[in-house]
Amino acid sequence: MAKGRVQLHGVMKSFGAVDVIKGVDLEIAPGELTVFVGPSGCGKSTLLRLVSGLELPTGGSIMIGDRDVTLVHPSERGIAMVFQSYALYPHMSVAENMGFGLKIAGLPKNLIKEKVARAAEILQLTPLLDRKPRALSGGQRQRVAIGRCIVREPEVFLFDEPLSNLDAALRGQMRVEIARLHAKLGATMIYVTHDQVEAMTLATRIVVLNAGRVEQIGAPIELYRHPANLFVAGFIGSPRMNFMDGLVDGAEADSVSVRLNGATLRLPRHNADVRPGAKVTVGIRPEHFRVGPGVDAGDDQAVEFDSVIDLVERLGGETLAHLRMPSLSDGVLVVKMSGDIALRIGTGLRVGVRLAQCHLFDAQGRAVGEPGSRAAVAA
Amino acid sequence: MNLIGTARRDAAWMGRVNALIRYGVLIGVGLIMLYPLFWMVAASFKPNHEIFGSVNLWPKDPTLDGVVKGWRTGTEYSFATYLLNSFMFIIPKVVLTVVSSVLVAYGFARFRMPGKQLWFALMVATILLPKSVLLIPQYLMFRELGWLDTYLPLYIPCAFATDGFFVFMVVQFLRGIPPDMEEAAVIDGCNSLQVLWHVVVPVIMPAIISIALFQFMWSLNDFLYPLIYLSSVGKYPVALALKMAIDVTEATAWNQVLAMSTIALLPSLIVFFLAQRYFVEGITSGSVKG
Repeated sequence: MAKGRVQLHGVMKSFGAVDVIKGVDLEIAPGELTVFVGPSGCGKSTLLRLVSGLELPTGGSIMIGDRDVTLVHPSERGIAMVFQSYALYPHMSVAENMGFGLKIAGLPKNLIKEKVARAAEILQLTPLLDRKPRALSGGQRQRVAIGRCIVREPEVFLFDEPLSNLDAALRGQMRVEIARLHAKLGATMIYVTHDQVEAMTLATRIVVLNAGRVEQIGAPIELYRHPANLFVAGFIGSPRMNFMDGLVDGAEADSVSVRLNGATLRLPRHNADVRPGAKVTVGIRPEHFRVGPGVDAGDDQAVEFDSVIDLVERLGGETLAHLRMPSLSDGVLVVKMSGDIALRIGTGLRVGVRLAQCHLFDAQGRAVGEPGSRAAVAA
Repeated sequence: MNLIGTARRDAAWMGRVNALIRYGVLIGVGLIMLYPLFWMVAASFKPNHEIFGSVNLWPKDPTLDGVVKGWRTGTEYSFATYLLNSFMFIIPKVVLTVVSSVLVAYGFARFRMPGKQLWFALMVATILLPKSVLLIPQYLMFRELGWLDTYLPLYIPCAFATDGFFVFMVVQFLRGIPPDMEEAAVIDGCNSLQVLWHVVVPVIMPAIISIALFQFMWSLNDFLYPLIYLSSVGKYPVALALKMAIDVTEATAWNQVLAMSTIALLPSLIVFFLAQRYFVEGITSGSVKG
């Protein structure tokens, strides 16, 4: 049974001379909540609109379930879509908004009423059914927009940045509601966002897009732990990963030695295809640094750096320190520490990191080799 | 303390004087502008000899003579016939204008088509075309069609969105409305015409009402086109009937003419006040949002 499965084969889209989607292959399993994430203009919304049928691809094919829907009208694809602006019909009541698709499909009135009532029940909209959209709050409007989808019982739900018009508190609340809804309905959902917290918390799988191409597809934690390239490494995780330039010193079967910042790091890597002297980038997540004198002294699985504190951001629950290293000319290193830590700007700080938690990318930005031990990285 | 108190009192007094002057001027100018209208309404209730004989606005011997006789008119038809005649072409004209302008504007605002910019520019250019340029070719065309002395030449052109100004107005209005709603309707299963009818038309209702009102008022006041195309007196609209009242009799009964002018004003006034809220909203949103 392939109901709810979405497959994209070599999907391309150009607007005039501009290629927005440059060949995307993707398979979404039934019941998955897949999040398309990427910077502005990466083509994530366009890709969603291609799935919805609001745009037609210039190449490739799209399957929903067992059907090729590449050229099928949006209403016949078995999809429903929630728009960023809610896109409710201002002159219709909540009930009319939710039942409009069914009315156009020619369903009998009592059946429409029944389905609307059921969807309203799920979304706690029952007391609001007679109101007009302008009399609703942002969160309520968004729920109506979701209700309009539920009523149609689609194979696939499409969400186009549904929470970006809401304030932070409401966004958190709606995020939980969408996760709950997904658990309850078990339907396939495709969700577009530029907010990586939404992506990480909601997704079964994340598709990271950049400049019209898929950079990596994987479970959120998979992307966090093993980014396939520099782009994904920099995009997933907040604050973003620190990058430092190094040179390969030598490569062995299970490790790569990298000269960095005056020290030689022996990073555990299997099947690394690098030559000595090649330029590489070492990536370290801000939260993987450990702070304090001698935290990793004497541990050959770790490395330590001396630095000077440039700026401190105290967030209460965590502290971000921006560090400058005497030997690191380019930019600043960000270190994330849990708890509220009083640090003085201009003073020295010794930070350490376990080698297993260092990421390594070659000159083309691809991750080098396979991580030495997954258990070590996860630690 | 005392000084501040005096200064404050001075400022308040100055403010009041200022307001007095401001409103005085405004009311004065307003009265000058409205005086002809008042004069016309007042003259409707005066006997004919009093109209030019006295500067008084208020009639000395108020009489309904002008209204009654004016209504009967000097022709074989009553004024009611002429009013009805006006509506005979105004109603189809308004309906056709609204339907065609909205359809064409929707096309321009929402559909991709080859050479759209050029077509739109041409459409806007027709707004600038002087009406009199078209008179003779149009007359010849309608004569060939055998439409002279019918109302068809007055409203059939409106079925083809010939009023570029209205199309332009709706296009501007639509440009201010995000297309998300229409896309949601497409996903809900609507075809283009259903999207237009169920979603776009309710949203642009203020613009539609503005179009209907403008067209209604302009058509009711239109003198030239009925004059050219209509030859039977029995088909004359109000504007021609009023003119006729002036030159069919040697000594014009001005009180009758003015009484009928006053009555001719009423439809526009009634329609305007009924739809005033939408009308004003329509003009501003249409022009500002583009």
